[in-house]
Amino acid sequence: MTDFLLELRSEEIPARMQAKAAADLARLFTEQLAAAGLAATETQTFVTPRRLALIARGLPEATEAQSEEIKGPRTSAPPQALEGFLGKTGLQQSDLEDRDGIWFASKQTPGRDTRDVLAEAIPAIVRAFPWPKSMRWGAASTSTESLRWVRPLHGIVAIFGSDLVPCTIGDVTSGYETLGHRFHHPGVITIGGADDYAEKLRACHIIVDAEERRAIIRDGAKQLAADQGLDWILDEALVAENAGLTEWPVPLIGSFDPDFLSVPREVIQLTLATNQKYFVLESPPHANGEGDRPQGGGGGAEGAAQRLPQLAPAFICVANIDANDGGAAIVDGNRKVLAARLSDARHFWDQDRKKTLAQHAGGLARITFHEKLGTVADKVDRVARLARWLVEEGIVKVPPRNGEGDHAKHGGGVVSPSATPDETRPSVTSADAAAPPPRTGEELSRAQLATLVEQAARLAKADLVTEMVGEFPELQGVIGGYYARAEGLDPQVADAIRDHYKPVGQGDDVPTAPVTVAVSLADKLDTLVGFFLIDERPTGSRDPFALRRAALGVLEILNRNALRMGLWEAITRSLGGFAPQKLSPETGDENYEAYIAAQNDVFAKLPNFLADRLKVQQREAGVRHDLIDAVFALGGEDDLVRLLARVKALQAFIETPEGTNLLAGYKRAANILKKEDWGDPDTNGAHPEPVEGSSEGLRQAQPGRERDNSLSYTLENAEAALVAALDSAEPAARDAIANEDFAAAMAALASLRAPIDTFFEEVIVNDPDPDKRAARLRLLARIRSAVHAVADFSRIEG
Amino acid sequence: MPHPAPKRPSDAPPLSFQDLILTLHAYWGAHGCAILQPYDLEMGAGTFHTATTLRALGPDPWNAAFVQPCRRPTDGRYGENPNRLGAYYQYQVILKPSPPDLQALYIGSLAAIGIDPLKHDIRFVEDDWESPTLGAWGLGWEVWCDGMEVTQFTYFQQMGGYDCKPVSGELTYGLERLAMYIQDKDSILDLAYNTPQPGMPALTYGDIFLENEKQMSKWNFEVADTDTLFDLFRKAVAECENCLAHKLPIPAYEQAIKASHVFNTLQARGVISVQERAAYMARVRDLAKGACTAWMDHNGWAA
Repeated sequence: MTDFLLELRSEEIPARMQAKAAADLARLFTEQLAAAGLAATETQTFVTPRRLALIARGLPEATEAQSEEIKGPRTSAPPQALEGFLGKTGLQQSDLEDRDGIWFASKQTPGRDTRDVLAEAIPAIVRAFPWPKSMRWGAASTSTESLRWVRPLHGIVAIFGSDLVPCTIGDVTSGYETLGHRFHHPGVITIGGADDYAEKLRACHIIVDAEERRAIIRDGAKQLAADQGLDWILDEALVAENAGLTEWPVPLIGSFDPDFLSVPREVIQLTLATNQKYFVLESPPHANGEGDRPQGGGGGAEGAAQRLPQLAPAFICVANIDANDGGAAIVDGNRKVLAARLSDARHFWDQDRKKTLAQHAGGLARITFHEKLGTVADKVDRVARLARWLVEEGIVKVPPRNGEGDHAKHGGGVVSPSATPDETRPSVTSADAAAPPPRTGEELSRAQLATLVEQAARLAKADLVTEMVGEFPELQGVIGGYYARAEGLDPQVADAIRDHYKPVGQGDDVPTAPVTVAVSLADKLDTLVGFFLIDERPTGSRDPFALRRAALGVLEILNRNALRMGLWEAITRSLGGFAPQKLSPETGDENYEAYIAAQNDVFAKLPNFLADRLKVQQREAGVRHDLIDAVFALGGEDDLVRLLARVKALQAFIETPEGTNLLAGYKRAANILKKEDWGDPDTNGAHPEPVEGSSEGLRQAQPGRERDNSLSYTLENAEAALVAALDSAEPAARDAIANEDFAAAMAALASLRAPIDTFFEEVIVNDPDPDKRAARLRLLARIRSAVHAVADFSRIEG
Repeated sequence: MPHPAPKRPSDAPPLSFQDLILTLHAYWGAHGCAILQPYDLEMGAGTFHTATTLRALGPDPWNAAFVQPCRRPTDGRYGENPNRLGAYYQYQVILKPSPPDLQALYIGSLAAIGIDPLKHDIRFVEDDWESPTLGAWGLGWEVWCDGMEVTQFTYFQQMGGYDCKPVSGELTYGLERLAMYIQDKDSILDLAYNTPQPGMPALTYGDIFLENEKQMSKWNFEVADTDTLFDLFRKAVAECENCLAHKLPIPAYEQAIKASHVFNTLQARGVISVQERAAYMARVRDLAKGACTAWMDHNGWAA
């Protein structure tokens, strides 16, 4: 058994690609060997910025010899048949044996030397390597067919035991030589094999094991922080990135001017971690000294921020060398870079605050939101009106007394998203009174809430034209929140500005503070309605305006806060905001009609789009998509919170034995009706009017109508029992639905299960007497109708 | 091939701004590059120089180095920011095909200007380059020196929408940043520009350029007549199309560069919205690509 070493040495591999590259190398290698009938007892991979390596242990010297018996033509066959056989197999006639009049050959395939298998496998692996992005280089690149690698490939070490595995890929030929650290050991190193690889490289300032480098960074950073009495903030992604940027990681600690801490914390963190790849440090909560100075100078971050650990004016960077001056020059250089970046940020912070957010918002008129949907200022105006309406309609409600919004956890921001406590959930309170703005802790009136909401909505996008957001676009909203606080606006307004983009994707915080909820919901509705109005809907994987995310945001806000909003009304309201831009008294009839058609399209498509998103969103929560369909298909339900409650009740019911049997009974009834062409299922249980153009059968099936029919025969017991059950269950289910008591609606349906079962057991629908048959079919139609008062069971799977 | 890489002794006084340029000229000149002069048009990056853009196309070997003044109106800060200017200098090296030892050559150039890689942390950090206006992209890194990006290092893969056959290696040094680094200065304006001689004044970068920064920032952000700029943009576009119709790739390319700079100035004036921005960039890209196509045709190169 022999060990194999492979090293592919290139120019610097992007840090973010390294882990997957190591896994891909192991996978491709194992596949190549398996195809040749070989397997290693153990495969290890290594990756550094400049090399991707693999050690496979316990490989045999050769693949196993194969013996194969081949049947040839009959000995009596014409000579051409034998010649053809020999030509095809490459055998001689002397290799053949006459066995009962048939030529047989026993072909021996000797085992292949593992070295040969490897020599073929290596180029195959390199050529098939799935880099996320690869490139061509050098003189060979006059052809676009030239070798591609993540960056120029320079060397291959391929040693089996102590033997070189010879192979050539592009202009690179395998050898025993590799290079050490770019600066510490620029010369050639000769590797003996798998056993001395890691240690020889270590001697040349290369740590090939990424996990070991990560550990060095973690331990080193933690120690450096502790030595200065600071807390190191572990950021595993940043540890991995730094380990991917170094072959010899050396953590170093430096400091920056504490005056920079007046800049919002998110800006500092972004500058340190994202731009510079430095680790952030905090002063322990009760530490004395400089680290304890409060943040948020200039009114930036008072309040809750003081309860959080303070950022320390320090950073940890990770160098790739053991510097000959102990790292002093490196720390100083990094400090200067950081100071330059932070002074830029502070410049923006100071400049931006010379204007109020309202003044900044004036600049939004110069930014186009979408060429067909006007400027951002237009959008802001629409959102402000819609948000106000959400409050005035009582959809977003005044919070209970002392309802402290999630603004209390200010400072969490993007970095450590704060949880939203349940107690901030708005509940029914309405106190319409013209009163001065309430002080904290006092109950808001609906009018006051509407005023705050409109103010927040009008300022929410103002930070888009600030210099800070120009520089740090990922901090949109967050920065506006800081500026709002700095100019002394109501904390609820500041929070709404900060959080109104939330939730950004699944798993993000969902707003619960009423001002934020109203602005966030209105913003997303406006986006959805606007883009549906101009027919810019997502198709396949294309969703350039992130409408799926907006829809998900709407659903999460509605559900999380149990907001009762009629979608039709909200769409109608939202559409109203777009009309003035499109329509005027001079608008021609043609444009007017096109616009009306576009509006109708929004009503036709947006609710379905939201229903689809609801299915996706609820899949994780285990809510069945077919049940959502079953309720949604009834039409008339445009309150998504109520719809979901109904779906959940339905799911709880349908998964009981009662529900399963009722579904079976329903299907049996529906199938018979279908076979008898007894009208289409009444898909509109919420509307008692017969569907226009429905068949005679369906009209007969309308409840109430048939009860007037006098029957020409005596009901069988089971038949009478079913009629009685329907007479009580139908109104009970309808009333329960109307009262939103969905459990009761399900119970009403459940009461039908036994009578339906008995009916099918004891009564023959297809009676020779046409009156009986018709009456029984009508009864089946009543079952279907009663069930459809709750959900369209034909949509339910199973 | 052994490279004559004269390493600057660590006890030597740091290079002045102009000596930094002269040292790089000497270094790359000794490595076979033609030392060119800047292109005499306003442009946002050295890559726009025809010596890079057009010469990156086609099969012919090409090795050149030059300083290119760059104008980025939106980066102007009225000379008040120690790290940002609306006009500055890039040092460009283009080597086609990319030599196998390009990284070593580059590090040799750092040694020549006095950066000791065992004292300073040199790192190659992924940064894929893309120029939407040139229809160009490449893979490479930003080179960090103690956390400061000092060079953009790119292997061009496409230019003007065409695959590079062969691939060029492009180095773009930020001269002011490098100079701040080796002179240990906290502000660009404080950089020593020349090497003072007896009886001759020592000049700083600020002595020479501060007033330009102030006035150009004022003009770019506040004064430039936007109607005139829009008009200039339209005229450059029209003239570019005129040149293309007459199969004159170089003049067409120059007009595309002019349009690009006018567009940048309009952006500084804040009169271009996000959506319009994309449309303007697409316009410039079409012009630049048109010029590249005309250049390919003119030289008889197949795509």
